[in-house]
Amino acid sequence: MVGELEFEKPLIELRKKISELKEFTKTAEVDLSPEIEKLEARLEKLENETYANLTPWDRVQIARHPNRPTTLDYIQRLFTNFLECHGDRLFGDDEAIVGGIAKYHGLPVTVIGHQRGKDTKENIRRNFGMPHPEGYRKALRLMKQAEKFNRPIICFIDTKGAYPGKAAEERGQSEAIARNLFEMAGLTVPIVCIVIGEGGSGGALALGVGNHIHMLENSTYSVISPEGAAAILWKDASLARRAAETMKITAPDLKAFGVIDEIIPEVRGGAHRNVDEQAKAIDNVLKQSLKQLLQLDGSALVEQRYQKFKQIGRFTFSRNDLGVK
Amino acid sequence: MLKELFTKKKKYASIPSEQVKQDVPEGIMTKCPKCKKIMYTKELVKNLRVCMSCHYHHPMPSRERIVSLLDEGSFREYDADMISENPLQFPDYLEKLEADRRKSKLNEAVITGEGTMNGYPLVIAVMDSAFRMGSMGSVVGEKITRAVEKAKELRIPFLIFTASGGARMQEGVLSLMQMAKTSAALKLFSDEGGLIISVMTHPTTGGVSASFASLGDYNFAEPGALIGFAGRRVIEQTVREELPEDFQTAEFLLKHGQLDAVIHRHELKEALTNVLDIHQTGGDGKWWGN
Ligand SMILES: [Zn+2]
Repeated sequence: MVGELEFEKPLIELRKKISELKEFTKTAEVDLSPEIEKLEARLEKLENETYANLTPWDRVQIARHPNRPTTLDYIQRLFTNFLECHGDRLFGDDEAIVGGIAKYHGLPVTVIGHQRGKDTKENIRRNFGMPHPEGYRKALRLMKQAEKFNRPIICFIDTKGAYPGKAAEERGQSEAIARNLFEMAGLTVPIVCIVIGEGGSGGALALGVGNHIHMLENSTYSVISPEGAAAILWKDASLARRAAETMKITAPDLKAFGVIDEIIPEVRGGAHRNVDEQAKAIDNVLKQSLKQLLQLDGSALVEQRYQKFKQIGRFTFSRNDLGVK
Repeated sequence: MLKELFTKKKKYASIPSEQVKQDVPEGIMTKCPKCKKIMYTKELVKNLRVCMSCHYHHPMPSRERIVSLLDEGSFREYDADMISENPLQFPDYLEKLEADRRKSKLNEAVITGEGTMNGYPLVIAVMDSAFRMGSMGSVVGEKITRAVEKAKELRIPFLIFTASGGARMQEGVLSLMQMAKTSAALKLFSDEGGLIISVMTHPTTGGVSASFASLGDYNFAEPGALIGFAGRRVIEQTVREELPEDFQTAEFLLKHGQLDAVIHRHELKEALTNVLDIHQTGGDGKWWGN
């Protein structure tokens, strides 16, 4: 199978051995079925163990899997009547973010998400899913439109982060991200955000100010990539595995911090193993979210969203009040 | 006193300037990183830490900033005793916080409170790069959010001075989320007509630049301040192209339409007072045209 991951090696070897034995029994005069059965039981056990005990770094690998389903894969499966809308009306169309109007089980919605490419050519066109300012501004334009027509907004988050480039700085990527955070906070329609792959820093958050935030089980959400953190912390990007653990970037970590609402279970081995089934798991959670949020009116949605973010953070108080002289 | 000054001057004057490292004893002399001239810290402080010879704006401690802008005795600090926890159980984080507290005499990287500037009441937040490079973790986010809420409650303007290396890595995703939290607070304040003024000082980068720093009704910056989202080195590695020398400076941002004005520190109080003044009678129909 294409794109097996490092931690899956023992599984791959066992699978190979089983198929070799099966091949062998076809031609040889011996019956190896007890041995094969034993090995298959072992494989089953090993698979269960492996996928039940994924380390943060294993999850990073799954989140970055080249075949991991993208925003458009889910749009195709979860929505009907999708019409992609291009452009920020200011500078251009950033294909690292896609968005448009659609129906979700008959309900008109606006759907937006980061979009990676499936191959090198598409990745170049989509800048590997790393947006420029016009991407955030397109997203905001579509969100404002959704608000005007009272449509819920669904955001899929899947980016390594904002693009660190000269043009992006010139066109004000700080302002573009900040503006989205600011404006999303005030939208009077439900916003549901779902992290489907990597949620990388400000570029991810720019689509992330939702009433509900969910994460796929093997997705990550972080202030900085494990490589970036390792480079800064220990001056060594190869310590990314350690950084992935230290930085607490997995769905269970974020759930424990009270940042996200639901962990959406993944198909065993990762979403790429069965996209249709994964879409169904997302559908279940998304439907519940929207049902809840559609009960709230505009100002209640704004208030709920504000309180959600207001409670994020850990601090305490000391007795030594230094004060300004 | 005079004698003391003289002897100190003599002591340092005998060393050729290029041999004097950056770590000239603090408290007596300061070396300008731009023009390399060595000057009395006392005089530099009196000049609002603007280099007397090249006008380089040295980082200004938050307390000095507040004293330089607000009417004497008017400042009342909020949440002075709020301090960080270690939510990620990050190795050495608590020790680093403690060391910075001792060194900077600050509890965290921002001071917030209320006061008056030339008689105009306002809520002010001043970041300080002397504490964890001004990075934003839970405390910075919470203090700013509370300060904005207070401005909303009191119906007075919110003024922020930013100086930050960005989100604080040791608090991971919680730091990232402070960007959304502070921005959301500003949105609710803004929707009630609240005035937001941001003054970006050196350096204002990363998550701070991509949240409240850029969300003023007026975005100002001090001359020469480094302002940007991605770090220069990261960009150079990504795009492999030469970046202009003034890349991500206040002047660069002004040229690219990202700032309302770049204001010299000596003129800042007057400019800010002017903005506050103009907003006193705005939109309430109380202008008679005479
Ligand atoms: Zn100088």
